[in-house]
This record gives sequence, structure tokens and C-alpha cells, in this order.
Amino acid sequence: MGFCFSDRVPLIFERSRPGRRGTPAPARAADPAELFGEANLRERPPALPEVDELTALRHYTNLSRRQVGVDTTFYPLGSCTMKYNPRVLEAAARLFADLHPYQDEASLQGALFLMHELGEYLKALTGMDAITLQPAAGAHGELTGMLVVRAYHADRGELEQRRVVLVPDSAHGSNPATSAMAGFEVREVPSDADGEVDLEALKRELGDHVAAIMLTNPNTLGLFERRILSLTEAAHAAGVQLYYDGANLNAIMGWARPGDMGFDVVHLNLHKTFATPHGGGGPGAGPVAVKAHLAPYLPVPLVEKTPAGYRLDFQRPKSIGRVRSFFGNFGVLVKAYAYIRLLGREGLKRAAALSVLNARYLKELLKRRGYRVPYDGPTMHEFVAQPPEGLRALDVAKALLDEGFHPPTIYFPLIVKEAMMIEPTETEAKETLEAFAEALGRIARRGQEDPDWLHGAPYTTPVRRLDEVRANRRPVLRWRPD
Amino acid sequence: MPYAPHTEAEVRAMLADLGLERLEELYAHLPADLLDPPIELPEPMNEDALLRHLAEVAARNRPGRVFLGGGVRDHFVPAIVDTVAGRGEFLTAYTPYQPEASQGVLQAIFEYQTMIAELTALDVANASLYDGASALAEGVLLALRATRRMRAMVSRGVHPEYRQVLATYLNAVGADLQEVPLEGDRTPAFAVADDVGAVVVQSPNFLGAIESYAPLAEAAHAAGALLVVVADPLSLAVLRPPGEQGADVAVGEGQPLGNPMSLGGPHFGYIAVREGLLRQLPGRLVSMTEDAEGRRGFVLALSAREQHIRRAKARSNITTNAQNAALRATVHLAALGPEGLKGVALATAAAARRLYQLLLEAGGVRPLTRPPFFAEFALRLPKDPAEVRSLLAEAGYHGAYPIPEYGEGAALFAASERMTEDDLLAFARAFFVAVGG
Repeated sequence: MGFCFSDRVPLIFERSRPGRRGTPAPARAADPAELFGEANLRERPPALPEVDELTALRHYTNLSRRQVGVDTTFYPLGSCTMKYNPRVLEAAARLFADLHPYQDEASLQGALFLMHELGEYLKALTGMDAITLQPAAGAHGELTGMLVVRAYHADRGELEQRRVVLVPDSAHGSNPATSAMAGFEVREVPSDADGEVDLEALKRELGDHVAAIMLTNPNTLGLFERRILSLTEAAHAAGVQLYYDGANLNAIMGWARPGDMGFDVVHLNLHKTFATPHGGGGPGAGPVAVKAHLAPYLPVPLVEKTPAGYRLDFQRPKSIGRVRSFFGNFGVLVKAYAYIRLLGREGLKRAAALSVLNARYLKELLKRRGYRVPYDGPTMHEFVAQPPEGLRALDVAKALLDEGFHPPTIYFPLIVKEAMMIEPTETEAKETLEAFAEALGRIARRGQEDPDWLHGAPYTTPVRRLDEVRANRRPVLRWRPD
Repeated sequence: MPYAPHTEAEVRAMLADLGLERLEELYAHLPADLLDPPIELPEPMNEDALLRHLAEVAARNRPGRVFLGGGVRDHFVPAIVDTVAGRGEFLTAYTPYQPEASQGVLQAIFEYQTMIAELTALDVANASLYDGASALAEGVLLALRATRRMRAMVSRGVHPEYRQVLATYLNAVGADLQEVPLEGDRTPAFAVADDVGAVVVQSPNFLGAIESYAPLAEAAHAAGALLVVVADPLSLAVLRPPGEQGADVAVGEGQPLGNPMSLGGPHFGYIAVREGLLRQLPGRLVSMTEDAEGRRGFVLALSAREQHIRRAKARSNITTNAQNAALRATVHLAALGPEGLKGVALATAAAARRLYQLLLEAGGVRPLTRPPFFAEFALRLPKDPAEVRSLLAEAGYHGAYPIPEYGEGAALFAASERMTEDDLLAFARAFFVAVGG
């Protein structure tokens, strides 16, 4: 088993040979001193690699062979929705690659139509009234949403007193980080024995000092917050805004909507739920949808449909301003639009249900192989397991690499010791789930018999466990020419 | 329909394993009031129909040669960039938390960090940010953290949208932002008070003009502030880099390096700093290290700065950044090399200078930007720039972005290495008609 990996690949800088040329450069001749003046010129050229194009292509192709993605490998990374990215989405985005953001509106009617329609679809799927497509990623959407909440309270003269954001102890780390960036204090709310938000504890925290509650539903344990309607009602009674972190929307897409649950703000991760590729860590897109009372505060510009065509609305005096240049990650928006048009409502609903079915099926397979599920309620698109007694999640994750699988998210959520957060998504086949469970079973058995073997894994990857202590104590963050 | 492999028989078998009969039962525990909301979406399509539909939508955009700028321009993207960045191993991975299976992305980031550090002549760069505007906001927040001050000064030569994003971010943390007006097309010398933590200048600035900001660096440092410089990375192939002019932080928009315009995104933002500011950097950083057998390898490092560890005390909330766009830049820079990049930069600047001369021949047109400038320049037009832009678009050209902040009739233009002499002449003819008519 294991991956097909390329041998050690030198740095591109180590392949450099003085005077070697790559892709032919343009012909227009120019005298730098005449163009810019001698004083403005760079004295020493940047030490970029000097390689021919084939060497560059071979280098990055070989690097790619030391990398796994959804295209090569089952990648059940919890909370990340690593589903298949249909390749037609790439073809879709290329149709719009040559547009410039400063063209006049009349020459961008196709692009504006697409953004407007995508906004309508996302509003329908979330049950919200208005939307911005500008945020470039999920955490960027969180920041945008919380700044909208902040502007709302400020407008009502309540910002001075509403300083606190409540976040469950099972929340993504970006939620407290976002709240701090938006200028709020963060207070954690405990989970109850079932893994849902402790409603009574939450109610005790509510009051006119609270600005918002940030929630993920289903939460990071994969559990739907069944008392969500009581929760949002109690929060609203205290003047508190409800923020929905859309990282887990894939579980309920088309089946239930954050807007109907009582949420006021929602961000979506188009690179999770709507099948746009994760890119090795972006670019994604994080649109933010809101209820009508928050619409005046959304970033500018918004796309507006008028009888004369689509236009950009910049005249929004209560807007929080811009969070990104131009219109956000438009190319990602095109892909999400294309995905929704391919699947339609029934397709999206079926995708959600199959993602839940896959996760529930896999959970049962793992329980039969000695893995524990501490919050074993009706989990949805993901679940959090623990390895059998005595084994560490990190070791199991490394051994999975030798079995040819990307490991799940580990050590998150923080409320579960040795957590393995597993999200298989709907695009994986039954036999893949079974093979994954078999591999975890083998790892558990052998790990219990031979702990040293398990601590030593992985064995077949291009590098074995890396010295992270050294990387943190004496970081080497760049190559330097001799 | 949903690109899922399940046969009906498999769905039944898997449900049976769970003691269920129908998929709906997976949602039976949700409050009944929430289930099956009315959602109106168009009927599904197959891939062929989708692409036909999108081609029809794209045709509602008016095509044309692009002479627009604002940090995003029509540069040529070598084919090798699409080939590499489109490889599934890179495209469909996520953040490299498992380094043994992610050496490809990690090493590419390490190479990217090196290339950005080289271009800016600073010590260290992170793995990327969303875009130039958010990179500026993060750069200023970094400077305010490092100086423990709550006030920033920004030149109006900085891209207006970047200033807007900066204002949004600073407002959130209660920091004060003061704008410094231009004198003509450049930032004047100005006094820096000793409660200012960050001074921001852009070169080439939004009007394209190359700024000499070494004196500003001295003024900032004398007041205990840091200098944050916004720089077009392509210009750094030939122009004096921020690190050689006293900048502490350099940020910018990465689009000119291997990324299509794509209506302004996705692109990436870069940030680079002096060594002493390393631990203030937001976002991902990759370090070289060794594995258990002494082999060279790469890992995410210093993550104690980041949200998944530090939560509310993190440097930034950023997680997903713009890795695939930064990879495009990495491949682009490797394919061109220092000479090739310099060739693109010079050809771009020469085309812009030629275009400037041609457009100034039109009656009533006055220069707003004075040489030296890089790829972009601003002119004062004798009529409404919005109308000129619209007339140009009808003639098959996109140019003359109205920038009323810089005065009546102000409009921005750009060129790139792609424009031949014939292209420039043809655009100039269309421009004469548009401003004269």
C-alpha cells in the first residue's frame, strides 16, 4: 500500500544555472535608466531561479507527486468537506477569465447576472434576505458577518454595552479569533452531555452585554442542535444576534435552512459545500447572507437587478465598507454557480443526504472495530471518534498514510480527547468507506500489539515524521543564495 | 446528479445497516417545522447544457482589449502555469496539516516565500493572503501590534479600495486612520507624530507614479513607527525594492504574477517583513526541517500565532488563504526567471510610456501622472471619463477608469507587455474618437 511518490526533489533554486532561460520573454526593448531614472533602479536582481521551461515543469510535476489531494486519495478531513470537484467547474471559470473589474457595467452584464443569480440561489438555500459575495474565504466571511453585527448594534446605540460574543466550546478556532478581530470579547459556553450547546448555561450568559452567538449547526461533533429554535428565541429576546458558521452546511443543504432556525447572519464556504476546489489552502469564497434588518450594513458594492439591467450599488450609507478589493473571488463564484445549476434542488438535497448516509455508515463500521464515539447521537455529515484505549490519534493518523488514506482532522474539537473528526462526504463509494474502516481496524490491532511500530509510522511516505520542534525553535523560512 | 457513486441497491443496503429504510429518516430528528423548506432553484442541467448556458451568459459581457489597471492587468500567463496549477494533487488538496502527505504544497510554499522575500528584499514572507487590499490591512495591523500603537497614516497614493478595506479593519479594533493628500501625483514629505504606529505608502502608486519614500521611512522610524509599502510585485523585477528603501513591511496584489484577471479574483496578496517582525506575521508559514531519517522536509511552523491554536489571541483569524493563486505565481516566476521577469516588466513599462505619449496627443487631455511611472498612469480628460470608458467599450476597448477622487476628468489607464505597437495605435485612435466626439 502507500502512495506512489517521487523521490527527493531539490529546491527550484538548486536547479538554477546562471544564464539559463525559461519561457521566452516579450521582445519590446527598453532602457531601464531612461524609463525610470537611475536612482529608482534595483541594483541586484532578485535571486529567482534560472531554469528552462522543461526543468520548471518537471520540478513542479514531481513536487505534485509528493502531494495527495481528493483526486488521488480518500481525504475525510472533518469540517472541510473534501468532496469531488467536478472538472467542468474549471472549464466554466475559464469562460470568464478575461474580464477586468474596472470595465463599465454595460460590458459586464453576463458577470453581474451570474453574481446576482448565485446570490439568489444562496439566499434561497439559507433562507436569508440579502447577500454579499465579496469575502474571500470562510474566516473572511466570519469577519464580515461580525462587522455587520457590530455596525447593527452601533447603529442602535448598543455597541458600548454589547461587548461579548458567546461561542460554544466545540467551535472552530476561527470563531473566537474573528470575534477578537471584530473588537469583541469572547466567552465560551459549555456543551452538555449529549454534545449539544448547554441551553441553560447559555441562557444564564444572555443579557444586554452580549452582541452575538456564533454557532455551527450541525456542530463540530456532527450533531444537529435540536433545541435550536428555543435557543434562537431566547437569544433574540435578549437582543442578541445569531451567527451561523456555514462550514457544515453540506449536511442539511436543501433540507433545512439557517434562516428558518432563527439565524440573522450566515457565512458559506463555497469551497466546501459547493464543490469548488480547496487549492491546497485556497482560494475559496465566503459569501455572507443576512436577514433584512442587517442588509443596510453589508459591504459595498452589491449587485442590483433593475429594469435596465444589472448594476453595482455603491450608495449604501450604513455599509461597513469594503472587506476586499473588487468583487471577491469571482472565479470561485462562477464554479459555485455552475455546481448549483448542475445539481438543482433535488441534486443538492440528495448530495446532503448521501453525505450523512456515508458518515453514519462509516461510524458504525468503526464502532465495530473498537473505535469509540463519545457523543454518539444522530450524527450527520461527520462524527468524532476516538482510537481504541491506549492509542493516540496522531499515531493512527500517521499509520493511515501508510495505508493510502489521508487522515481525518485530529485533536479537534477540543472537547474530545484524542479526537478524530471524520467527514467522508457524499462523493465516496461504499467500498472506499469499507476499505478505510478495514485499514483503521488493522492499525488498531497491530498498534495494540506493537506500540513501537505505531509510534514510528508512517514508513512509506516521501518523508517520515518531521522535526517540528526544530522548525519552531529555529525556523528556516526561505532559501538563501550562498 | 450529485456526482455520487451510490447505486440504489447500495443506498438501501447502507440504510438497512443503520436500521433505516429511507434517506428522509436521516433527518427525522430535526424539528419538524424546519424540514423541507420551499426552495426555488432552476432545474438541473448536464455538463454540456451547463457550458452552453455559461457561454451564452459570458457572451453578454462585451469583449475587448484591456487597458485598465488598479493593480490587475492583462499580462500573459505562460501555459505551464495552468498545467501545473491545474494538477489535481495541488488543486484538490487542503491546508497541509499532514506534512508527510503534503510535501508538494509545502515545498512550493517554501519556494514562494523565498521568491517574495527576494522580490521585496525583505527577510521573510508568509504563504499568502487573500488579495492586495486585505494584505495591506493585515500589514498595518501587524505594525500596530508591533509598536503597540493605535494610529496609522496612509498616503492617498495608495489604491482607494485598499484604503477602504484598511478603514474597515482598523475601525473594527478602534484604531485611528489618517489620510495624507497627494501633491500632484506623489506623496509629499509629512510629519509623523509619535503616537503613529504605521505609515503607508504605495509605489508605484495608484496613479502609476514611482515614489521615492526613503525620506518617509526615516521620518516614520524617527517617530517609532513602521513603514508599510504597497508594491506591484512585477515592478520589483526592475525597481528598487521596499527592503532597500527602509520598508519594514511590504504587501501587494499578486495578480500580475501568473493569475488571470477574472474580474478581480481569485488572486492572492503577499506580505513580507523584516526578520524582527517574523512572529507578528499572520497566516501560514512553512519551515524547512528534517525527518526522523535526516531527510530534508517542510512543515507548517510557528502555528502558535494562528487561530486554530491561539483562538481569540491569534494574530489573525485567517485560515484558508490563496494557495493555488500563489502557486501560479511561483510557477510563473520559475518559468520566467529573473531575466524573463525583467523583460516583462520593461516591456510593460515601455508600452505604458508609449501609450501615455500617444494619448496625450488628443486635444484637451492633460497628464495627471508624470514620469517616471511603471505600468499605469492617470490623465485628465476633457469630458466625463465614464462616458469615455463607455464609448471605448463600444469600440472594443476597455480603458479610462474614472477616478474622481483625484480630480474632475481624472481617469486611469494601463498597458502590459502583451500590447504591440499596432495595439497601442489602435487604442489611441479609439481614444481620440471617444474624447473628441
